[in-house]
Amino acid sequence: MTRVFVSKDMASVALGADGLARAFADAGCEVVRTGSRGLFSIEPLVEVETDGARIAYGPVGPGDVAAVLDGSHPARIGAIEAHPFFASQQRFTFARCGVTDPLNLADYAANGGWKGLEAAFSLSPQEVVDAVKASGLRGRGGAGFPTGIKWQTVLDTDADEKFIVCNADEGDSGTFADRMLMEGDPYCLIEGMAIAGHAVGATHGYIYIRSEYPFAIEAMREAIARSAGKVAPFTLEVRVGAGAYVCGEETALLDSIEGRRGQVRAKPPLPAIEGLWGKPTVINNVLSLAAVPFILAEGAQAYADVGFGRSRGTMPIQIAGNVKNGGLYEVGFGVTLGELVDEIGGGTASGRPVRAVQVGGPLGAYFPPSMFHLPFDYEAFAQAGGLIGHAGITVFDDSVDMAHMARFAMEFCAVESCGKCTPCRIGSTRGVELIDRIVAKAPRESGALEAMPQIRNTKGAARTHDEEIDLLRDLCDTMKYGSLCALGGFTPYPVLSALDHFREDFGGASALPEAAE
Amino acid sequence: MTFTREKDFGTPEAMGEAVSLTIDGQEIAVPAGTSIMRAAAMVETDIPKLCATDSLESFGSCRLCLVEIEGRAGYPASCTTPVAPGMVVHTESERLRKLRRGVMELYISDHPLDCLTCSANGDCELQDQAGAVGLRDVRFGYEGENHLEGCKDESNPYFTFDPAKCIVCSRCVRACDETQGTLALTVDGRGFASKIAASQDESFLSSECVSCGACVQACPTSALIENTVIEKGTPDRSVVTTCAYCGVGCAFRAEMRGEELVRMVPWKDGKANHGHSCVKGRFAWGYAQHRDRVLNPMVRGAVDEPWREVSWEEAIAHVASEYRRIQKDYGTRAIGGITSSRCTNEETFLVQKLVRQGFGNNNVDTCARVCHSPTGYGLKTTFGTSAGTQDFDSVQYADVILVIGANPTDGHPVFASLMKRRLRQGAKLIVVDPRRIDLVRSPHIEASHHLPLRPGTNVAMLTAMAHVIVTEGLVDEAYVRERCDTEAYAEWAEFVSDPAHSPEAIEELTGVPAADVRAAARLYATGGNAAIYYGLGVTEHSQGSSTVMAIANLAMATGNVGKEGTGVNPLRGQNNVQGACDMGSFPHEFSGYRHVSDNAARAQFEQDWGVALDPEPGLRIPNMLDAATDGTFKGIFIQGEDILQSDPNTKHVAAGLAAMECVVVQDLFLNETANYAHVFLPGSTFLEKDGTFTNAERRIQRVRKVMEPRNGYGDWEVVQLVANAMGLGWTYTHPSQIMDEIARLTPTFAGVNYQMLDERGSLQWPVNAAAPGGTPMMHIDHFVRGKGNFVVTDYVPTDERTGPRFPLLLTTGRILSQYNVGAQTRRTANVNWHEEDRLEIHPHDAENRGIRDGNWVSLRSRAGETTLRALITDRVAPGVVYTTFHHPDTQANVITTDFSDWATNCPEYKVTAVQVTPSNGPSDWQQSYRAQAEQSRRIEPAEPAE
Ligand SMILES: Cc1cc2nc3c(=O)[nH]c(=O)nc-3n(C[C@H](O)[C@H](O)[C@H](O)COP(=O)(O)O)c2cc1C
Ligand code: SF4
Ligand code: SF4
Ligand code: SF4
Ligand code: SF4
Ligand code: FES
Repeated sequence: MTRVFVSKDMASVALGADGLARAFADAGCEVVRTGSRGLFSIEPLVEVETDGARIAYGPVGPGDVAAVLDGSHPARIGAIEAHPFFASQQRFTFARCGVTDPLNLADYAANGGWKGLEAAFSLSPQEVVDAVKASGLRGRGGAGFPTGIKWQTVLDTDADEKFIVCNADEGDSGTFADRMLMEGDPYCLIEGMAIAGHAVGATHGYIYIRSEYPFAIEAMREAIARSAGKVAPFTLEVRVGAGAYVCGEETALLDSIEGRRGQVRAKPPLPAIEGLWGKPTVINNVLSLAAVPFILAEGAQAYADVGFGRSRGTMPIQIAGNVKNGGLYEVGFGVTLGELVDEIGGGTASGRPVRAVQVGGPLGAYFPPSMFHLPFDYEAFAQAGGLIGHAGITVFDDSVDMAHMARFAMEFCAVESCGKCTPCRIGSTRGVELIDRIVAKAPRESGALEAMPQIRNTKGAARTHDEEIDLLRDLCDTMKYGSLCALGGFTPYPVLSALDHFREDFGGASALPEAAE
Repeated sequence: MTFTREKDFGTPEAMGEAVSLTIDGQEIAVPAGTSIMRAAAMVETDIPKLCATDSLESFGSCRLCLVEIEGRAGYPASCTTPVAPGMVVHTESERLRKLRRGVMELYISDHPLDCLTCSANGDCELQDQAGAVGLRDVRFGYEGENHLEGCKDESNPYFTFDPAKCIVCSRCVRACDETQGTLALTVDGRGFASKIAASQDESFLSSECVSCGACVQACPTSALIENTVIEKGTPDRSVVTTCAYCGVGCAFRAEMRGEELVRMVPWKDGKANHGHSCVKGRFAWGYAQHRDRVLNPMVRGAVDEPWREVSWEEAIAHVASEYRRIQKDYGTRAIGGITSSRCTNEETFLVQKLVRQGFGNNNVDTCARVCHSPTGYGLKTTFGTSAGTQDFDSVQYADVILVIGANPTDGHPVFASLMKRRLRQGAKLIVVDPRRIDLVRSPHIEASHHLPLRPGTNVAMLTAMAHVIVTEGLVDEAYVRERCDTEAYAEWAEFVSDPAHSPEAIEELTGVPAADVRAAARLYATGGNAAIYYGLGVTEHSQGSSTVMAIANLAMATGNVGKEGTGVNPLRGQNNVQGACDMGSFPHEFSGYRHVSDNAARAQFEQDWGVALDPEPGLRIPNMLDAATDGTFKGIFIQGEDILQSDPNTKHVAAGLAAMECVVVQDLFLNETANYAHVFLPGSTFLEKDGTFTNAERRIQRVRKVMEPRNGYGDWEVVQLVANAMGLGWTYTHPSQIMDEIARLTPTFAGVNYQMLDERGSLQWPVNAAAPGGTPMMHIDHFVRGKGNFVVTDYVPTDERTGPRFPLLLTTGRILSQYNVGAQTRRTANVNWHEEDRLEIHPHDAENRGIRDGNWVSLRSRAGETTLRALITDRVAPGVVYTTFHHPDTQANVITTDFSDWATNCPEYKVTAVQVTPSNGPSDWQQSYRAQAEQSRRIEPAEPAE
């Protein structure tokens, strides 16, 4: 019987993978459902086991079964590893994703699974923490904080109980790596969390998954049940997210697990010292935790050998938006933005010129092609007024209106704000109103109230366009440096980068005479 | 004193070791854990802030308090950032000013601009901070989206919520959570739409809110503000004084404008309340101005005549001559006095001095008889003093809290808030009470064990717990060996070990499953520091004194006396019950609990007062009333107590009073007792006089005069007028001189004087050479009596047994918004929460009788009958009914019997066998009583003076 491999990843299913799988089964094949390989333009994808190797075809549909099975189908890719999108990748974390049957324990073990955990068990907690430190791994959830140092704090804090919390809230639009890993290789995350548990002395973990990810929730629940014996005494449970973007912020996430409404807490106390139920807690992103088995199995050095500057190891980059080859691309830090967009991504899907790229999700900065030399590196991006975040890249062609995108950022902040701190709570709403006036080139008249003789301290006259832009910059300054968490604090990145790099979209000095008429 | 706001350090005090840092060039050492904001405030650098206040944990939401720290990126919030060694902080810079102004600009873009007509004008932190950061222009304008259309919530009679003025700082929400522990408030919605909501977005009045006012006090703007401030304006001076309602003894700043009280604000430095209060103390002071208040003395020949207003001279002369006449006609012992637990120590002391020195007998008693005399007896016998062992703050160190026969959230609300805070931190709770009091299950609190025993079985229950502790080997033997009388212990241990006292054996009697009793006993004995708090549900029983001793036995056997977090703590009802007892209000005891037959003690008083004193104990209240019915007791001076309403068996009290020839009542209002009075002397409120109160933790605190007495005299002055009219020649010009006399004559008060009290804020007795700063905790190294004394407490069922005619057990209690007989609280807007007394009855019992919720029912006992409306609830167990006694119309005490505690005559309010039947209106007694009361309250206006 012929063995074929078809992904059951949520994205593949949306593109028709289920129908494809059924068609192969109907044709008498043994269908193995895997995770996704990670390139959307070749989905639905099928790999046919031929002479011990896997030959890929895609995109293909249920009507293509015969042609695929006889090897005549024109969408024949050959060995997937040889495809240019994959050949240049360094898959440390996603090595098994798309290859194995996600829930098959034997598959997992046969493909290098549990090696990291076994290595960790043979080490003392401090030695495990040291290995993670030496690997240079930094948090993949957004802030890029060194994971080993976080673990050290939890290890060093005395408590009767500690927790490992995995942040799988993945709220950034255009990102999907957390989901893809949980669906495609759930044991990898479980292994990473069990290693973390051993390292810091925690025996229970929570995986906080957003409710929009039903497949991942199911896959993780099943995987937890099946692997319970393997990771004992460490235990795990899944918590389903409350649906708010801000619940991905670590302290709000803890609130949410505790059954409260999910509001950001001021730090200190750090969650590493007073986290879930007041106990020391490791909170890490899915990708941070899933990188750990490789580090323990292959050695910290193997991980640290790859990378750029202080950004070590690989990053599963998610390329989305108006792009030809969207998907997951795991590679060592240092690849340039231009390489990612033009070469790997293959330019826009619309075929029009690229005008802007947003890196790091809805709170990331917009970069014009003139900055495509930027290497993928935490420090380089910070210096350029941006951030890497969860490594989502969204591509826009030249039809984009960047003032509109700036307004969208403020609006996103206003919608998602938890409302705790003033700069974000009031500032985001004022920001939307202000950009609306700027875009309409209708600076604010003096208000009825300001015009009254009783009011003497405020500027009586109408504001100018430049004054409105200055106010927008001041507002961004207040939000960036005044906000309690990164939602309000990072919203200025898209706004200011749009203003800095695409000033023409906001109506500049050139627009003034028009307004003055 | 001029009006200054209390200094706000922004965040609570921390306890760690000293850390030094530099703030704006000034070096300072502060305890580790202190916030930068607090450290700065300590060197008089006030960093702008809005969401922080030192009664609440820091929150970090307003973002005004940003600072720069050398070597750290960004601008950390100083309220949420703790100090670190060697830190160098800058609180002012161009950069910081710009950020703060940016935040303030946002606030004001969503705020009304009518500062000058705002009720908080001049007392608003938003206003102050806008000034401090130098905001001059709001460049966003005022036309953006805003919250200015929000409707005011004026449902609460005492404060108003105006959402337009709200800056969403959550101080109110946090005050309700952290300070009060009611969790009535939430932030509804998210982001810009966030708004403050009471319960499920209800009005304050219909929400869970208990109107403690903590949120109002915490609010930095006028979003939550007292209605009295809206009406009268902001205060211009303040005077620190003590609440006159309950035994918690909250300290307040009475904030005044001229002679008018504008608001009462709990004083942060008050050691009993730490800046918190309940609805009564903070808001229910309007009775002082109520039109029912009597301001002129009145006299009448007979109780069916109308009152005649007379001058003070005439009234006092009449009283003196009547008393002397009665003594001449019927003997020295034919008159007596009753002191008040509502009045000051000084006043109480003077009344008993009037009786002992002036009347020449010991016929003085106090209504503390009706509540806590078993405490005095029980604790004196076992430990050696007649008072609780701990201060309130001790509960913060308790790991297990046992509450028996008390309902702290209603009776002692401010202490309950402190206790709830400890429970939320994880201390375990055991409740022994027939009723499911609020504490059993409230937000974030769940009792580990609730033992809903049948009323009247306390002793059996406590003995069963002791049985478990002794037979399961949970006794702290080292403690018992070292600290207690081992012979007494051995005898007691043998007694409780008897299988007849096992939880299984008494299960049927108490109605509580034995397994629960065992588990609760184990928890109490082994759960760490264990503290017992009890109330009138313990004392007001025929076995009240036994129950107190059984409690003391438990505490000693487990080593839970003499350290923080443990102890035996009575929750005293009225503001000055402790003081009234201390001041010699009992017929057999001088101040400081020394027996009148003690020659040395008596000699001291005789020498000071210059008269020979009667060595025979005088009459207790019930005995006075009996003697009156017998015709041998004819005159009484009753200060500040309404014995007709508060003493059990109303009919018996009425008969006694009616048989007397000169009943003098001194009170604020024509109370129920005054219906039987011949002379009425108007009283003064606690706002109108100087003095001291002693709270449930033995804490002596000053009461300060904030306004002139409306009736002309402080109560102490009135007693002095009577004394001098009887020829005693007293010369006090200020209550401080009375305290000096108390100190001179009372060893436990030897070191107390007004100067010390002013300096220290309060003192806990004993204050003497051995403890010049007072005694927060008793029995630390040894018991006051030497060795702790175990007392065998046999369970004797009360005579008050249920039978076919009276199949239900009635027990009584109080609720939060009303106070005692309600004379004050009924004359305030607190009636919004409790318009009438209701009878709580279990659904089964109600159904059997065809009673529906809200129906009128008749409540009958051997002693009498009354009617009230039913409230059907499973808070009470089947077979038990419950009511309060705040309203005279109900006359709940018409049906309570005159059974009383065997040792102290404390009446058995808590158990009465009753029957409940449907009814359609007030009972005959209620009707004739009402008619009599109306008749007796008529006042004939005084003849116009020429
Ligand atoms: C508004 C907001 C949303 C966030 N959402 C996520 C998220 O969806 N997933 C995530 O891993 N981290 C998210 N973060 C970052 C987390 O707060 C936190 O830094 C992270 O979980 C730490 O894990 P790491 O060190 O492994 O990155 C968010 C932060 C903010 C401020
Ligand atoms: S920036 Fe402030 S209001 Fe916005 S989400 Fe974070 S904490 Fe909440
Ligand atoms: S008055 Fe007290 S109980 Fe009511 S909402 Fe305010 S803090 Fe809470
Ligand atoms: S009502 Fe007052 S305390 Fe509550 S959030 Fe509004 S401004 Fe703050
Ligand atoms: S009644 Fe009691 S709890 Fe309430 S304010 Fe007065 S002393 Fe405090
Ligand atoms: S006072 Fe520090 S953030 Fe509000």
